[in-house]
Amino acid sequence: MKKRIRIEDISRPSPKLAELRKEDLKTLPPPFDKPETTPDFAPLSDKAREQYESSLDDTIALSIPMPKDRQEEDELVAKFLSGLEKLFTKENNWTFLQPLLLSMDHCATCHTCSDACHIYEASGENPIYRPNYRSEVFRRLYKKYVKSKGGLLQAWRDGEIELNWTTIARLAELSYRCNLCRRCAQTCPIGVDNGLIAHEIRKLLSQEMNITARELHKDGSVLQLKVGSSTGMNDAVVKDNMEFIDEDVTEKTGITVKTPWDKAGADILLIHNAGEIMAWPMNPGAFGVIFEVAGLNWTMSSEIAGYDSINYGVWYDDAQFARVAIKHAEVAKKLGVKKIVLGECGHAHKALTVIADRVLTGELNIPRESCMVTLEDLIFSGRIKVDPSRNDFPVTLHDPCNLVRLMGVVEPQRRIIRHIAPRFREMEPHGVHNYCCGGGSGFAIMSGHNFNDWRHQIGSRKKLEQVLNAFKDELDPSIKKYLCAPCSNCKGQLRDMITYYDLWEKHSIMYDGLVELIVNCMTDVEPDFIEWEMH
Amino acid sequence: MLSSTLLVISYLSVAVFIIGIAWRAVKIIRLPIHLRWELYPVAHEKGRAHYGGSYLEESDWWTKPRQTSTAGELKVMIPEILLLAGVWEHNRKHWFRSFPFHFGLYLLAGLIVLLLAGGIATAAGASVAADGGTAGQILHHLTYVVGYAGLGLGLLGALTLLARRLFNADYREYTKKADYFNLAFFLVTFIVAITVHAFADPHFANLREYFTRLVTFDFSQVDAGLSSPTGLSAAEIVLMSLLVAYIPLTHMSHFFTKWFMYHDVRWSDEPNLVGGKIERQVTEALHYPVSWSAPHIRGDGKKTWADVATAGVEENEKS
Repeated sequence: MKKRIRIEDISRPSPKLAELRKEDLKTLPPPFDKPETTPDFAPLSDKAREQYESSLDDTIALSIPMPKDRQEEDELVAKFLSGLEKLFTKENNWTFLQPLLLSMDHCATCHTCSDACHIYEASGENPIYRPNYRSEVFRRLYKKYVKSKGGLLQAWRDGEIELNWTTIARLAELSYRCNLCRRCAQTCPIGVDNGLIAHEIRKLLSQEMNITARELHKDGSVLQLKVGSSTGMNDAVVKDNMEFIDEDVTEKTGITVKTPWDKAGADILLIHNAGEIMAWPMNPGAFGVIFEVAGLNWTMSSEIAGYDSINYGVWYDDAQFARVAIKHAEVAKKLGVKKIVLGECGHAHKALTVIADRVLTGELNIPRESCMVTLEDLIFSGRIKVDPSRNDFPVTLHDPCNLVRLMGVVEPQRRIIRHIAPRFREMEPHGVHNYCCGGGSGFAIMSGHNFNDWRHQIGSRKKLEQVLNAFKDELDPSIKKYLCAPCSNCKGQLRDMITYYDLWEKHSIMYDGLVELIVNCMTDVEPDFIEWEMH
Repeated sequence: MLSSTLLVISYLSVAVFIIGIAWRAVKIIRLPIHLRWELYPVAHEKGRAHYGGSYLEESDWWTKPRQTSTAGELKVMIPEILLLAGVWEHNRKHWFRSFPFHFGLYLLAGLIVLLLAGGIATAAGASVAADGGTAGQILHHLTYVVGYAGLGLGLLGALTLLARRLFNADYREYTKKADYFNLAFFLVTFIVAITVHAFADPHFANLREYFTRLVTFDFSQVDAGLSSPTGLSAAEIVLMSLLVAYIPLTHMSHFFTKWFMYHDVRWSDEPNLVGGKIERQVTEALHYPVSWSAPHIRGDGKKTWADVATAGVEENEKS
């Protein structure tokens, strides 16, 4: 029988609040339907347990150093309380105050959100992964320490909670056990948003306590603002890399591609997730082919952040988010382009197109468009000629949450795939009801300690089930299958998932983006653009 | 209990209800603009809401008129409000408990409207009775039918919701003492009301008489043919009145705050246009002072969001 964990238990010191056992996890479809057919969950090292806070579950996302003594614990608790107060002031949190307050005050604890959460389901309904568990802890803290500041009826009305360092350390880790996919919010009958609450906890930790995931902050947004990209590429390196890509893609396709840089007055500023340039060079290469064949007047930028669309602040810090969004807009303004087109990166789409819409004012409010829309126009206007028979293999589409549920760009990519891939089949569910790949909210680039095991055993478990089901009649390795994921972070997660479960070797399931699929069937280019090898 | 005392309780309750709602609504409305955080499907997206699409699916969308549909919103809102369509779709087991409770409350709100109408008609000299005019007869029959249905469904819902919170461990762990109190409050009120009408006021005529006093502000103790509620009838009025006052003071105020959750957050997709209202609001918010103290922000209460967002690389590197 599984252990019951109550809200108040989060404050009670113990080595571990919850345990993850393989036999408890949701059963996968064949051939992974037995626990022994999936990789083992590596235990945390003793050193990690000694050095870092790890009392939530069997993994660590944040690497929060253990406080040295009681005094340091008390200082951290005071800091948390100060941040909690600030989070509920309009001056410090105008950005999300209204949605946050509405979600704090009106939950009916009906648990409708639980069934919508892939993490809760994949974990075999582990109580701490219930979307409302962290929300309820945070709600009680807010009500006790900010809203009513105690009072006779407070515990009677709002429930018991104790604030100590154990509560904060566990809550911090718990805010990084949510992909911020907001599928739970979609099903809430009242409109409560547990994803937003996790996001706001992360903000409090970062903006007041300087507790962040290193991959997102120091190696992410800080690096991007310093050198231009979280990949570490500066302007000279990115231009060099793109030159190699241009040469490769020209040789491969027969189309001469020369990426234009810093072209003032271009119609389009194309911004890729720079991870594509490093890890999936054929993706920006394919964009070059398509844009050249279509004769677009486009450019890339070599300015700081101008060649990397990522904006990790969207997952944990409003200041970093705004700084990067403004950099992107400034680059476009300086070049005098008509619009920014975002390459295949979901969170960059949402960050710059939707969320930054209420940051960018005046001349910085440059029009932004999804590449899905641009590509659809090019194909259906006939500027790009395609031969769908070149894509005669099973294809399914992964919907990046940021693109569909959080932005409403659902059909353009589908219309393209239906047109160019005769053996396309949908995952179920799909579109705005999709499941996260498991890499959302930064997890795709987080692999410290044994977090890699967590994100594949729990985070991407539901996606693995969907992929296996989509190809269930063609799992034979002699049939090459294409998992189309038009988002860099999703691709990173799916690449790692395919490797973790050995899906390429065992079942010939390959992944890549949408533009590769388009170029693969363009009649103007040499055939066989897609590389059927694990990359 | 004296009629005048009951009347005072009822008036005060209505006042608390109205002030409670207004206070909460004003608090929400006065909050500053927030960043866009919509969630699809957005019901007013014309021609796209059925699959969750947005105007962002259009190339050069900013050059085209935005197509929105009020009918689309109503198509979602009406079944959501009346039938709890979302709970039906996503949490069927809970729906069988929650729907009777909520629909019962809607019917009881309808009962209040019917009693007010009956009270006004009686005060105007019309007869609201089985042997009255056609309108009077309709009002008479409709009142007790709606009343019994509302009380019955409300009782069933409150009972099953309370049972679930008591006996299902997943629910019990999240249920506060106040939640038990709230459901018990409903339960007791419904039981008292059903008892009153089953044994003393089967056609809700006495209650209508009370509403006649209510709408005519009739505080006289010696009255013109109207009887004063006593015993359980008075208890019914007191409990109902207190319940009306209590609801907006609790999280049950979601009956109207849900409007803001949908229209101001989930469906709030209006683009920020240069020179528009949103831009003015954002510009104002960007000048709020910041006091976040992490090293990459170092808010001192003087620095504004605009300062923080445009801070140089040096500031950012301090983390």
